[in-house]
Amino acid sequence: MHGSPAPSAPDPVSGYKSRLGIRMFIFYAIVYAGFVLINSFAPKLMGAVVMGQTFAVVYGFGLIVLALILALVYNSLCGRAEDRARAETDDSTVEVFE
Amino acid sequence: MNYQPSAWAIAIFVGFVSLVLYMSYYMARRTRSASGYFAAGGNIHWAVNGIAFAGDYLSAASFLGIAGMIAFFGFDGFLYSIGYLAGWIVALFVVAEPLRRLGKYTFTDALDAKFNSRGIQLAAAISTLVVSTFYLIPQMVGAGSLVKPLLGLPHWAGVVMVGSIVIVIVATAGMASTTYVQFLKGSLLIAFSLTLVLVLFARGYTTNPDAGGDRPYHQFQEVAATLSADGAVTPADQAYAVAASWPEDGPAQFVRLANEGSETWFYVEPGDDGSARLTEALAVTTLPDGSKLYNGAPVADEKFYPVGHFSEIVVDGQPVEQTGTLDPFSFLSVLRDSTVVRWGSKSINENGVSHTIYYQVPTSGADILRPGLKFKVDAEKGATTTDKMNFVSLMLALFCGTAALPHILIRYYTVPTPAAARRSTIVAIGAIGFFYVLTLYMGLGAMVNGVLDLTDDNMSAPLLAQSFGVLLFAIISAIAFATVLGTVSGLIVAASGAVAHDFMDRFLGMKLSDQGKVRAGKISAIIVGILAMLLGIAYQGMNVSYLVGWAFAVAASANLPAIVMLLFWKKTTARGIVASIIVGMVAAVGLILLSPDMYVRYGLPAASAPFGLNNPGVVSIPLSFITLVVASLLTQPKGATVAAARGASEAGGSD
Repeated sequence: MHGSPAPSAPDPVSGYKSRLGIRMFIFYAIVYAGFVLINSFAPKLMGAVVMGQTFAVVYGFGLIVLALILALVYNSLCGRAEDRARAETDDSTVEVFE
Repeated sequence: MNYQPSAWAIAIFVGFVSLVLYMSYYMARRTRSASGYFAAGGNIHWAVNGIAFAGDYLSAASFLGIAGMIAFFGFDGFLYSIGYLAGWIVALFVVAEPLRRLGKYTFTDALDAKFNSRGIQLAAAISTLVVSTFYLIPQMVGAGSLVKPLLGLPHWAGVVMVGSIVIVIVATAGMASTTYVQFLKGSLLIAFSLTLVLVLFARGYTTNPDAGGDRPYHQFQEVAATLSADGAVTPADQAYAVAASWPEDGPAQFVRLANEGSETWFYVEPGDDGSARLTEALAVTTLPDGSKLYNGAPVADEKFYPVGHFSEIVVDGQPVEQTGTLDPFSFLSVLRDSTVVRWGSKSINENGVSHTIYYQVPTSGADILRPGLKFKVDAEKGATTTDKMNFVSLMLALFCGTAALPHILIRYYTVPTPAAARRSTIVAIGAIGFFYVLTLYMGLGAMVNGVLDLTDDNMSAPLLAQSFGVLLFAIISAIAFATVLGTVSGLIVAASGAVAHDFMDRFLGMKLSDQGKVRAGKISAIIVGILAMLLGIAYQGMNVSYLVGWAFAVAASANLPAIVMLLFWKKTTARGIVASIIVGMVAAVGLILLSPDMYVRYGLPAASAPFGLNNPGVVSIPLSFITLVVASLLTQPKGATVAAARGASEAGGSD
């Protein structure tokens, strides 16, 4: 019925995407580590009031929102790189991206 | 607590299950091939797949466990939400696309794509089975918790029912029906959680949480008393007589007072110069024959009241009775300035009869909205280094676990391209992040709306819905039940793929035909399903989010180092991968079995546990990484590293 979803052909921008991914991952990991470390070693700080809420709530919501923002930025950068690569190659590899 | 099943709940539940079963039957025709069964033919649209990711991931643990933990411990429950969501960043930035590029049906394929090593096939198949089983336990426990109020059935019946329905879903149509069940459930879960949060904002806060006037809230009594130097308690009001007290270490903490023919438990709060304030407590009594009394009466008498209220609501510095409609910000800031009555518990013995006493603990909102009520982190409140390490370990396991969960990873193979895998991950992050924000409101809402069942925190969110009427309760419960169905289906597909594809076809080299592989997958699904039912019955009563923390630790320790190093370290060898999977898995499972929490489960004192941490992540994840590096360096073949293998595999094409 359906062909098996075999591993795709080489992706000319995969190197760029993975470097970008690693950098953004490290950035987020640092922000997350900050949250964990403040919680463990300066828990009082988490009770401070920032923008009308406890710092714990602001930081926690911030981590969730930051994840989404980074994800959207990453996707748009990857998409642009793929578009550029697509423009440079012939039509035979278009299926790799779509 | 006593639960009355409602006709609405049963109707909605039956309707939902029928729809799901019909869908599986309909899709069964599309899944005769192995690709159809294990990967839904690889042609699911990325947006559908993204919501299905959410449906897969937002398990009973997220919905029931997190909301319950927030309802009982405030912000500490929300830490799970944050950790679970952060894990998706690892999934998106590090593993999504490469894994999709390398694999076919299972993540073992991806690990093995560069080596074709039987060792990897076996180790990864076993770790998939172990992780999936660990993850199945909390789902089944959650199912058991749900059927009690929803259908009026005992715990085991819920577990067996979920198990049977899921076996049908998976055994008929594999990943295709599973995907659509998850899509449906993910959308419904988010839509109705949002509804619940909106009506919660509209209701606002009140010091008398009577479900909008539908159900009177029990008025907890307070009695003034004197406390003598030897610990004896004398109520000021002559109408109360002390029936029993426990002056064990110094003054009595609890007394039982007789008044007008009935006895009530009170918690003794010592005041200044020999005075004391007695606040009403609740008790579950276990008689020597094993039967239970709730506040001295059978459960049907409904004497064990639902709880959760403010002792004081403060708006702009003024105490108020109720607030009226709140918004997402004032909901939190009013709570921060107010005081909530939380409930502590303590077990005491009386001539062979054991009592669990639940007593009032007024807690400031500021403490509820910062960490520390469940996880001890504040050194001034006696937190030790071990306590802090426990916390760090949990947060590390949650962060690293998501990208290593086999049932999440297989969803990368249901979309047509790596780019689609990436996009569906982003949809998932949006949907899941939004849902987790809602969990905080649902949990805090349950905390102060007089709905909590002190004997089962997993039920907090559905019980909150119940305070808005039986219809919303029925819908939320049916969705929660569907939540279990969706996640369990995904887990069982992952497990059956590990057995049929990784183990039988590839490791044993049985060279199954396409149809034979599907049949093997279905048989494995049935066996794993039955195993899951047995475990679900055995682990009744544990907080499901807590159990999931363990599943994440095992996944992160066994799988993540292998995935990450394979992708980013050129010297990784097949033996390095095998060693790291086995060491990570054995270390994580072993340390869990030796943890204080498990010792309590065995009936031994927690302090006698040989390993001090309740979450093994901080030890087992680095250990697994180190093992991979050392084993790889020891087994470097000449010129046959990943780099060389990569060149070979790209030249040779796929498979």
